[in-house]
Amino acid sequence: MTDPLSGEQILAGLAQAEIEFVVALPDIVTCDELLWPIERSQSFRLVNVCKEDEGVSICAGMSYAEKRALLLMQHTGFLDSINAIRVMGMDYQLPVVMMIGLQGIEKDCAPTDSKQNGVRIVEPILDAMSIPYHVLIRGRDAAGIPEAIDEAYTASHPLVFLIPGFGDDA
Amino acid sequence: MTMKRDQALRVLSQHYPDGIVVPVYQSAFDWMGIRPHPLNYLCTGAMGQGSSHALGLALACPTEPVVVLDGDGSLLMNLGTLVTIGDQSPRNLWHFVCQNGMYEVNGEFPVPGKSTVDFAAMAMAAGYKAAHTFSDLNEFSCALPSILATPGPLLVALQVEAGAPFPRNYQEIHSAQSRAAFKAALAGRRGR
Repeated sequence: MTDPLSGEQILAGLAQAEIEFVVALPDIVTCDELLWPIERSQSFRLVNVCKEDEGVSICAGMSYAEKRALLLMQHTGFLDSINAIRVMGMDYQLPVVMMIGLQGIEKDCAPTDSKQNGVRIVEPILDAMSIPYHVLIRGRDAAGIPEAIDEAYTASHPLVFLIPGFGDDA
Repeated sequence: MTMKRDQALRVLSQHYPDGIVVPVYQSAFDWMGIRPHPLNYLCTGAMGQGSSHALGLALACPTEPVVVLDGDGSLLMNLGTLVTIGDQSPRNLWHFVCQNGMYEVNGEFPVPGKSTVDFAAMAMAAGYKAAHTFSDLNEFSCALPSILATPGPLLVALQVEAGAPFPRNYQEIHSAQSRAAFKAALAGRRGR
């Protein structure tokens, strides 16, 4: 693939968007490219959580103090957190920003075409919840991260970035 | 021996009159009547999430004290929060658990482990700095000033039963006005 997506591009976008806290559970899709570098970074404060819905609530609480946060998780954690996301995102329209690794998605496959049930239903659920999302596939996709996060915090609404993979694995 | 919940919360309000409080379910309804205040964070939404919201506030506002008024049924739904809070170890977080042994606003059905669960022991095992259990109002009243002067995270299990009835005002808990009032009050407190 030309212009492959890299973790460095995403981290640069998060820093430009003034993300201060990263609330996370490990996901095999994003762990090497994002979570480990974040753990070593001086630019972000990492909050390891035991379960993803905790992270939704932590990010929501931070938003009241005008602190920007990212919830980094696997799509299974997203599915497990639907009720918390429903309240904070849909009902209260808080700027909970989520980055979701699509573990198990097939190479060069659109998420909605995946044979993995858990992956295939993510976008339809986001559509049903009216949560805006971006699928990050190529390096140039990462360039839109700062503007999308700025808009989510300015307009106060949830936001999701979906990551099928990095480099030639995407 | 158990305390009346409203009596215990009245004692807390006397010693903690104007800081951030994250109350949940019946404790929230009682607290709204006992200490109405814009820094009451009523919008926890999903059951079990109160302490996680409080952790977000505590990390984002490290100089502001944050009190959680959790319930036993709520905390049982999110026990991992004890480990997350213990790991982050915010010095400005005090976690009170009103332990009545039942899902009071959901039909008063008993919680699992109602006669065996020990939240104070769980909190200590999870990394809290201190934890206490009280079933006597006078003992709680005497200990509270010291508890609130001790850096957190700290858990206080209050073995309570329902006291004076307070209206279950769900409309206020979920209102946009409450959320806006909290945000404005927090900004004012932080000088923004």
